[in-house]
Amino acid sequence: MSKITYREAVRQAIREAMIRDDRVFVMGEDVGHYGGCYAVTLGLLEEFGSERIRDTPLSESGFVGAGIGAALGGMRPIVEIMTVNFSLLALDQIVNNAATLLYMSGGQLNVPMVIRMATGAGRQVAAQHSHSLEGWYAHIPGLRVLAPATIEDARGMLWPALCDPDPVLIFEHGALYNQEGDLADEVSPVDIDKAAIRRAGSDVTIVAYGGTLRTALAAAEQLAGDGVAAEVVDLRCLRPLDTPTFVSSVARTHRAVVVDEGWRSGSLSAEVSARITEEAFYDLDAPVARVCGAEVPMPYAKHLEDEAIPQVADVVAAVHALGA
Amino acid sequence: MTKAKAAPVPVVETEPAAGDHGVHLLREMLRIRRFEERCVELYSRTAIRGFLHLGIGEEACAVGVMEALLPDDAVVATYREHGHALARGLSMRATMAELEGKVEGCSRGRGGSMHLFDTATRFYGGNAIVAGGLPLAVGLALADHLLGRRRVTACFFGDGAVAEGEFHESMNLAALWHLPVLFCCENNLYAMGTALQFTESETDLSLKASSYRIPAWEVDGMDVLAVEETAREAAQAVREGGGPHFLELRTYRFRAHSMYDPDRYRDKDEIEKWKERDPIPALIARLTHDGALANGDLDRLEAEIAAEVDDAVAFAEAGTDEPIEDLERFVTSGPPTQAPTS
Repeated sequence: MSKITYREAVRQAIREAMIRDDRVFVMGEDVGHYGGCYAVTLGLLEEFGSERIRDTPLSESGFVGAGIGAALGGMRPIVEIMTVNFSLLALDQIVNNAATLLYMSGGQLNVPMVIRMATGAGRQVAAQHSHSLEGWYAHIPGLRVLAPATIEDARGMLWPALCDPDPVLIFEHGALYNQEGDLADEVSPVDIDKAAIRRAGSDVTIVAYGGTLRTALAAAEQLAGDGVAAEVVDLRCLRPLDTPTFVSSVARTHRAVVVDEGWRSGSLSAEVSARITEEAFYDLDAPVARVCGAEVPMPYAKHLEDEAIPQVADVVAAVHALGA
Repeated sequence: MTKAKAAPVPVVETEPAAGDHGVHLLREMLRIRRFEERCVELYSRTAIRGFLHLGIGEEACAVGVMEALLPDDAVVATYREHGHALARGLSMRATMAELEGKVEGCSRGRGGSMHLFDTATRFYGGNAIVAGGLPLAVGLALADHLLGRRRVTACFFGDGAVAEGEFHESMNLAALWHLPVLFCCENNLYAMGTALQFTESETDLSLKASSYRIPAWEVDGMDVLAVEETAREAAQAVREGGGPHFLELRTYRFRAHSMYDPDRYRDKDEIEKWKERDPIPALIARLTHDGALANGDLDRLEAEIAAEVDDAVAFAEAGTDEPIEDLERFVTSGPPTQAPTS
């Protein structure tokens, strides 16, 4: 066991993949000489050289598309996009090419690439660097969408994602990079299919992912003091959703609160809520509740930003409102 | 990984034999022309649906460039790509079956006219987002670069693509990283229905490539021999490590943009004037003059091609519909993403 940050866990995962497979390379803005805008790739240029730690111009569509082409050509690219907001400049390549080529070609063309990007708010970087748009990507058939919320997942999800013959998007919540935790010295493989129950409980199910897992766990801790045993489900994989894990949890606890930093309307939380309603309706003792980001472009001022994103108190209040 | 040692440069025949080779080029252009003329008939009787973009008039571009490529090279094309597919070696049967939406089609009927794919000939589509294929070509070439393979990726696009950001991003990336891409801009003067002078502040397209320090050559896209000669020279330079090259193939489509297009934006005289430069009669005249095409040769050629087109249509029409149960197949490589929940 050793103490490690989320950032270091991602870096270790990249490093291991590059050592393990010559076809793996990293490409993105400032990944090389700068060391990564979140310092994830710091030191890798010196170790692996500029062919494999490849700085790109500010051309999101160009280098994401080049990643797709390189994957078609036999490589295993890890493409880093600075933030999910910038990924909008590469939407054409992700949605029209990466997600469609296998299908459009009748099964001939696989796109085995990984696109990593930071998502989420909490760092006062306002409305063009803070949004949680992973739910949009989870809407797209042909993509796998992952949200590592723990140090273990940050370390373990990259390799299976690279082994997937199809495109995988990994969303790293920006507020997690400095989070410290324990990681076993012997890294064991993690799956990229299943949701995980992070805390067991019998009174209510709190569904969260990525940056909101911490909020959900803190709320569960507080609720325990109030005599409420909350179960916390970490979705982990946003597409395909592991519906059985959260539905069977709700079937046991009879109440559900979905926590999502993304906007409520047309969101991932809406999808989770709909599936619970479709599949566990008769097990519910109360309507499904949601705690979501306020429907505003993210404001800069700290008090406003805090108000705009799900807080522990909001989750606790939502649970109590269900009668738990 | 240290960069893999580059393989020796494969040799491409640079001096095509005049007579036989000329007839071969003629055959390839005629195959495309007659195939597409049949497509019009099939469209009229609704055997082909959706968008159908014909390259009639532009055949010399696809045929000339393909002559410069080797089997291991890659091709990225646009939604006006029947000619490129056929010239690259996709079977006419699989191509026609695709247009008719049959499972025997080169994309199992998933793509249709705009999305022809074939890994056997390294034909990477069939991209219907203007300029969307350029970054893919850069990436295919990047893979060759990283793996030390001496291969060329030929990337076709129209003049309309030049206005897209992806064009500029791709030019810059390919030049910056010195990648083996042969950019082939088929300048037919219209981005769908809007003439170049209404969309570009600088209508000299080669100049745009030059500004990225990419060697750029202008070619008469109505002269298949000129296209081939220039493409061979450019492809060889790319193959030898000369970095990306850019060809501006000056061409013209004789028919409308698609079957839906009433073609109101072009002067009929302009179209007729370009038809005088039709690459097929021009080559026939030249081969006849050179004695490479004797009396009766053309009729024999036409008869062979008509038989091939008939056979392709018969194959497509005898083809089968993909079973409905396969609707979600190939969304991902694994089982359907929306797995049953219990």
